[in-house]
Amino acid sequence: MPTPTTDGKPSHDVHGGLPVPRRAANRPAPAAELLRAWYRELVLIREFEIRCMQAYQDKKIGGFCHVYIGQEAVAVGCVAALKPEDPLVTAYRDHGHALARGMTARACMAEMFGRVDGCAKGKGGSMHMFDKANNLFGGHGIVGAQTPLGAGLAFATKYQDEVINKGKSSRVTMCFLGDGALNQGSFHEALNLAGLMDLPVVYVVENNGYSMGTSIHRGTTQSHDLSSKALGYGIDASVIDGMNLLEVYHGMKDVVEKCRERSRPAFVDMRCYRYKGHSMSDPRKYRTRDEEEVWEQGDPIGIFEKYVLEQGAMTHDQIKAAQKDVKTEVRDAVQFADQSPVPPLTDLYHDVYREPWGRYTGTSEPQMYGGAQNPPTFRATREGEDLL
Amino acid sequence: MEFRDAIRDAMSEEMRRDARVMLIGEEVAEYNGAYKVSRGMLDEFGARRVIDTPISESGFAGMAIGAAMMGLRPVVEFMSWSFSLVAADPILNNAPKMLFMSGGQFGCPIVFRGNDGAGGQLGSTHSWCVEGLFSNVPGIKMAIPATPDDAKGLMKTAIRDDDPVFFLESERLLGLKGEVPVGEDVLVKFGEARVRRAGADCTIASWGRPVHFCLEAAEALAKEGISCEVIDLRTIRPLDIGAIVRSVKKTSNLVVVDQSWSFGSPGSEVAAQIHQRCFDDLDNHVHRVHTEDVPAPYAFNLEQEYLPNARKICEAVRSATYNA
Repeated sequence: MPTPTTDGKPSHDVHGGLPVPRRAANRPAPAAELLRAWYRELVLIREFEIRCMQAYQDKKIGGFCHVYIGQEAVAVGCVAALKPEDPLVTAYRDHGHALARGMTARACMAEMFGRVDGCAKGKGGSMHMFDKANNLFGGHGIVGAQTPLGAGLAFATKYQDEVINKGKSSRVTMCFLGDGALNQGSFHEALNLAGLMDLPVVYVVENNGYSMGTSIHRGTTQSHDLSSKALGYGIDASVIDGMNLLEVYHGMKDVVEKCRERSRPAFVDMRCYRYKGHSMSDPRKYRTRDEEEVWEQGDPIGIFEKYVLEQGAMTHDQIKAAQKDVKTEVRDAVQFADQSPVPPLTDLYHDVYREPWGRYTGTSEPQMYGGAQNPPTFRATREGEDLL
Repeated sequence: MEFRDAIRDAMSEEMRRDARVMLIGEEVAEYNGAYKVSRGMLDEFGARRVIDTPISESGFAGMAIGAAMMGLRPVVEFMSWSFSLVAADPILNNAPKMLFMSGGQFGCPIVFRGNDGAGGQLGSTHSWCVEGLFSNVPGIKMAIPATPDDAKGLMKTAIRDDDPVFFLESERLLGLKGEVPVGEDVLVKFGEARVRRAGADCTIASWGRPVHFCLEAAEALAKEGISCEVIDLRTIRPLDIGAIVRSVKKTSNLVVVDQSWSFGSPGSEVAAQIHQRCFDDLDNHVHRVHTEDVPAPYAFNLEQEYLPNARKICEAVRSATYNA
């Protein structure tokens, strides 16, 4: 992580804030098997995003496309600190979280291509990766909109465990947001509610220093210390180096387990950097090449690669093999997505409501409960009935 | 039984039946509800299921949507639907679209309910009739009861429904008394209108509070020899257009009465569809009675004039049935 300079040159510390505590150094190294799996995930996300950019330029992907390059360690480390049954919800820069959570590259890429084999049958697109089987409750397109949803997921797990099943709350919800979301009302309402109701939710601010093209210092008060936002709501806050996977993992493990144990919300200022623009249409003229180069020297994959080599968890050959393997997987995903059919036009009318809904929008034709297995019983209405 | 107690009974019965159902909103618990709809529910179900929130519509509405995605069945009270505008993003942008944008993976079985409409001299910001604004959005269902029995039956159906339901109550109706059937399965099906008065000369279609103005108008018009059929649509989405079509084929005239503004409203939608489906059956164009196209005034007399009322409905019916 670059530090502010004192010799008059511009600082590359886009967060400009508090020093980041180091935790990983004092911890025992995770098992080699785990390190290898994480390495593969990091590379998978990077490769996936590179291919997305190409496919976008080839006009295979439409709409907005926000790539995750530079932030891979955040998704991989955070998800590794969760249990599979812990709900996760995120914002529109969501491919990395989806892949880390276990969505296949095929389902993810087919969604990007707007094809029927996508995770949402091509109806969601880049910003809306949903995966019920992996407890991924979606990417959400409006900045900050997912923060109350995260509180709601945590509320529901607690309610299900404690009120319905008369047990102890055991799941932790993780909610990702960008630093730009800190200026939305929904963020503050969600934190207030989570604090009031003792909800087991961890808010992870992927603080990459920019909300679209606006640097955090131009958009957010107290930008040097985001923890002040959470402390104001009585919520524990910590700072983690998001460019270092081990720091993310160990830091998040502490946060998540504390949250699970005490059923209290937590807030994490995750310091990271996105190498590419906000979206594919962003030439990022608001920052210098110099700044990007400094951050690229601290690349999360480079740092982790060095670590696994030092640990002897992987050899150079194994690293090359993993990279090749991932390239094959992503190439296959692109091919799969390209060959997947476009959704049938009748799909337009499905999934609007749980029951079938007619093309004549809004009317009660066709019969809405016609296909239900256990139709509810209704009180008959007599013609001319007047109960006034 | 009063209208408000019918809603309360519906919620309580469903909460006894299904542990996933809970009530959340401002003042719903310790205060017993700003309009006393949830009176006594905290005592029965406790603070874990009847939940007071801070004044934070966007936050608690979004939170309830997250809970619904996770499998709960929240009932969210907006003290007034006017305040729901603060929560427009979660209730219009999230709840109705979740099923579609997740490709059918995550539904949103949730009920948003509260007091809708002008009539209490509350001034412009507190007097919204949101049906015109919100019924535009696919993915929602909208129920607007006019009588206590429908309030109970529609609420029970709303809670059991797997989609987001907007349930609009009129503060002016909360004290209305009426017979309410007992029994767990007394549901009122969505998308099925109710003929409140049979007639031969003109159909009057409405929903919610204006239904009572329509009946009042029909009574007065009967004395003039004009026989009106009054239809209470009960739900706007789904809309029982078939019931209106059947009635118009009999009466050849339609007046639609809507308490939201006229531009792009459910009343406009009914008029458009009836012109399309019953062009040859109509003796006259469809007449509409709406709230006047101005912000809600405070002064009592202006507010009365602002809203649909029996006089305006009578005028519309006379105009529709006029044969020169």
